[in-house]
Amino acid sequence: MSVVTNTTTIGAIDAPSRRNTELMMMAFAIAISVFAYANVGLAIDGKLPSGMFGYGAGLILLGGVAHLVVRKFAPYADPLLLPLATLLNGLGLVLIWRLDQSERLIQRAETLYGSYSPDAPKQLLYSAIGVAFFVAVLVILKDHRILQRYTYISMAVALVLLILPVFFPAVNGAKIWISLGPLSIQPGEFAKILIAVFFSGYLMVKRDALALASRRFMGLYLPRGRDLGPIITIWALSILILVFETDLGTSLLFFGLFVVMLYVATERTSWIVFGLLMSAAGAVGVASFESHVQARVSAWKDPFSCYTTNGACEQISNAIMSFGSGGTLGTGWGQGHSDLIGFAANADFILATVGEELGLAGMMAILLIYGLIIERGVRTALAARDPFGKLLAIGLSGAFAIQIFVVAGGVMGLIPLSGMTMPFLAYGGSSVLANWALIAILIRISDTARRPAPAPAPSPDAEMTQVVRP
Amino acid sequence: MNKPLRRIAIFCGILILALLVRTNYLQYVRADELNSRDENRRVRIERYAHERGNIIVDGNPVTGSVETKGSDFKYKRVWKNGPMWAPVTGYSSQAFDASQLESLEDGILTGNDDQLFFDRTLSMFTNDKQQGGNVVTTLNGAAQKAAFKGLGKKKGAVAALDPQTGAILALVSTPSYDPSVFAGNSDKDSKARQQLLKDKNKPMLNRALRETYPPGSTFKVVTAAAALENGLYTGIDEPTKSPLPWRLPLTTGNLANEGNIPCENATLREALRWSCNTVFGKISDDLGNQKMIDEAGKFGFNKEIFTPVRADASVYPKDNRPQNAMAGIGQASNRATPLQMAMVAAAVANDGKLMQPYMVAERQAPNLDTIYTHEKEQFSQPLSGENAQKLQQMMETVVKNGTGTNALIDGVTVGGKTGTAQHGLNNSENPYAWFISYAKTDSGSPVAVAVVVEDSQANRDDISGGGLAAPIARDVMKAVIDSKK
Repeated sequence: MSVVTNTTTIGAIDAPSRRNTELMMMAFAIAISVFAYANVGLAIDGKLPSGMFGYGAGLILLGGVAHLVVRKFAPYADPLLLPLATLLNGLGLVLIWRLDQSERLIQRAETLYGSYSPDAPKQLLYSAIGVAFFVAVLVILKDHRILQRYTYISMAVALVLLILPVFFPAVNGAKIWISLGPLSIQPGEFAKILIAVFFSGYLMVKRDALALASRRFMGLYLPRGRDLGPIITIWALSILILVFETDLGTSLLFFGLFVVMLYVATERTSWIVFGLLMSAAGAVGVASFESHVQARVSAWKDPFSCYTTNGACEQISNAIMSFGSGGTLGTGWGQGHSDLIGFAANADFILATVGEELGLAGMMAILLIYGLIIERGVRTALAARDPFGKLLAIGLSGAFAIQIFVVAGGVMGLIPLSGMTMPFLAYGGSSVLANWALIAILIRISDTARRPAPAPAPSPDAEMTQVVRP
Repeated sequence: MNKPLRRIAIFCGILILALLVRTNYLQYVRADELNSRDENRRVRIERYAHERGNIIVDGNPVTGSVETKGSDFKYKRVWKNGPMWAPVTGYSSQAFDASQLESLEDGILTGNDDQLFFDRTLSMFTNDKQQGGNVVTTLNGAAQKAAFKGLGKKKGAVAALDPQTGAILALVSTPSYDPSVFAGNSDKDSKARQQLLKDKNKPMLNRALRETYPPGSTFKVVTAAAALENGLYTGIDEPTKSPLPWRLPLTTGNLANEGNIPCENATLREALRWSCNTVFGKISDDLGNQKMIDEAGKFGFNKEIFTPVRADASVYPKDNRPQNAMAGIGQASNRATPLQMAMVAAAVANDGKLMQPYMVAERQAPNLDTIYTHEKEQFSQPLSGENAQKLQQMMETVVKNGTGTNALIDGVTVGGKTGTAQHGLNNSENPYAWFISYAKTDSGSPVAVAVVVEDSQANRDDISGGGLAAPIARDVMKAVIDSKK
């Protein structure tokens, strides 16, 4: 697919850096976000929002800094990743600001917590910190292969991050938070990157053993018992997350990520079959005794059941009605009632606002933007020259894709709902920070992959070995 | 490693594709169904998002909208003189939906009706707020007021029609309720409604359209019409073949008259004047059940009537002989709504032509353009013009020097019929006082009215159509005539 991969021995091809393309796309992404902001202001108050200048300036500053850093530190990076992330982050800010204006949500906050504070300014701050993360990764991480050195440290940190929430009180039914004073962190978002790093390092070393040392049985390669260890460990860990942290999304994400990376590393389809069987067994097993999983599944089967019988489905049914009410073209920004969802309208359920106010057209656009990011990530994996980079890139993009599918599919009633956030769109500090870091790593890998190889030493007999075409 | 990578790329593509298919399914295939679900609060939010159009009487709105704070619903319905107009307008509540005109004309009032599509599209481009259209009623404010005041604290109903067009001029039901008390969405509204629903006087019942009463002696007008139409008797001043006492067929009992009145072989005119049970019971028996059903049906019995608000069907049922004879004097299983009895009076007053009753004269677009005007429409012809005029003479005698003298108006010809309908087991409960009448001027009859008073407080002996109901009818007729001057 990629031309660049096979060129290492041929010599320097002058790969275009595409930095100016990126700049144009950035300008486009920021302009769309600023127009969207103006649109919401006009729809809700009938005038341009007062914070428009600050918002626009903030976005230009963030995007500009990110672009300059890429230009300087990763000149051959993929030109689409950064603008796409910026566009999503900018649109997300507008969506959150739009929900901040909702009388219904303000009242709800005031009756529940006695006070109300808008989320958009906080999200802008998180975005700034996220971009700072992005810059830091690009500046510090000169070569992604350095991460290979931290394979087992990554694993240890990831495990700690994943297990810690068990010791903190559940927030709204799910134990996915670590609260430190005013700060609360959703460690799962960061763990996603660390786990991908660990898997890449681990599988790079073990792939041959896992791929070759196996017996054939009924057309499948059965791995040796001792090689089953890691997959069973990860499987057990996901089940534990599901049981103790009641976090369906994270559990699915880790297991899916592991199976994907294992398959890429070993090229053995049997791992996928095993993975599917194990996740099915785990899901059925847990669902048989965990009431919250059962509740989610029953709300998924009939989202309107709670209106006739007892049960909790208001959120999912409201989200589904949001999508329906949006129709093909949507009600227009600021003119829908997606805030009826109430709790988590601007976080897990932010897609419902997109669906209602931007309609089918907007939803398809947003989903395709995510699709593009994933596609650029996979392309980076294909282009990467080293197995570690390939594994890391596919791991990160795979995690991204699974997360999109789990969240969007849950909100749209395609699969049972699980509490995770739409990357960049949804409100949440951890999510924004981790996803900016994820994009930074992908950009770093793509820079390495697309960087022209150093010119080979001039060969004395170059003249004589010239290819003569008939 | 590139082969599995490409497969993973396809897998990711399938994930995104699944989401795209799902969003198409939700937002395109199921959009209409989801958008109109009962659980979807947007439907009601939308209904109350704009100022609702008004229901108009005599050129002035009897409704209004006020902005509410702290609710999903921006505008709340209010009524001017709510209890008086409630039987006409119905209610429109943020929490409890709507009824009657408010519900039937919801499309016009909210501006969502298809007929207003052009206005909506236009205002979308001119960036105007969407507005509701108006519903112009046929009601006469003065008549409505007279009827409401006349009934006062008594339980009862009044229905008045313009016999020449079928326009409803008054529609009152007491005790009534103020729809404003539960127009909102708060606990207070909910409690107020609960209280109204629990009230044993049923204030939310629209007695003028939705309650059927035994019509009592007022039904004798229909029986007389049946006698004339079927040629049983032709002259109203010829003696009828009516023995006294008259035994109810197939029974051992005599049909009694109220008091000692001259009913033996009385003429039709005298029989109606004195309200002879024996004469009309025998007419009904002579004609038989089927002919009585046919004639009552021509007056509107046995079917629901849409004004457009639905009125319950009045009943003249299939029955055995004694029951049919009793039904001929408005007792037994014979039941009628006040609107139905007003239609009877109106048909007689309009020389036998019964016009379709209606209460929506016009619908207006938000810019006040008229988008619908009611064309008057004949409902049926229950009796010939000649017979109608004979019946008019009989009814006028009742008012001039019979039981209905309380309905006399100076300088106006008035025809009427009283009724005292017995009900309850063995007539244990206080009877209903009925009065139906019409007024006539040089240009035909401008008003026909039916009044029923179900007053359990009054002394039993004082209850009579002439005493309780006729003065109310007189005031309503007078109000209509005065307002035409």
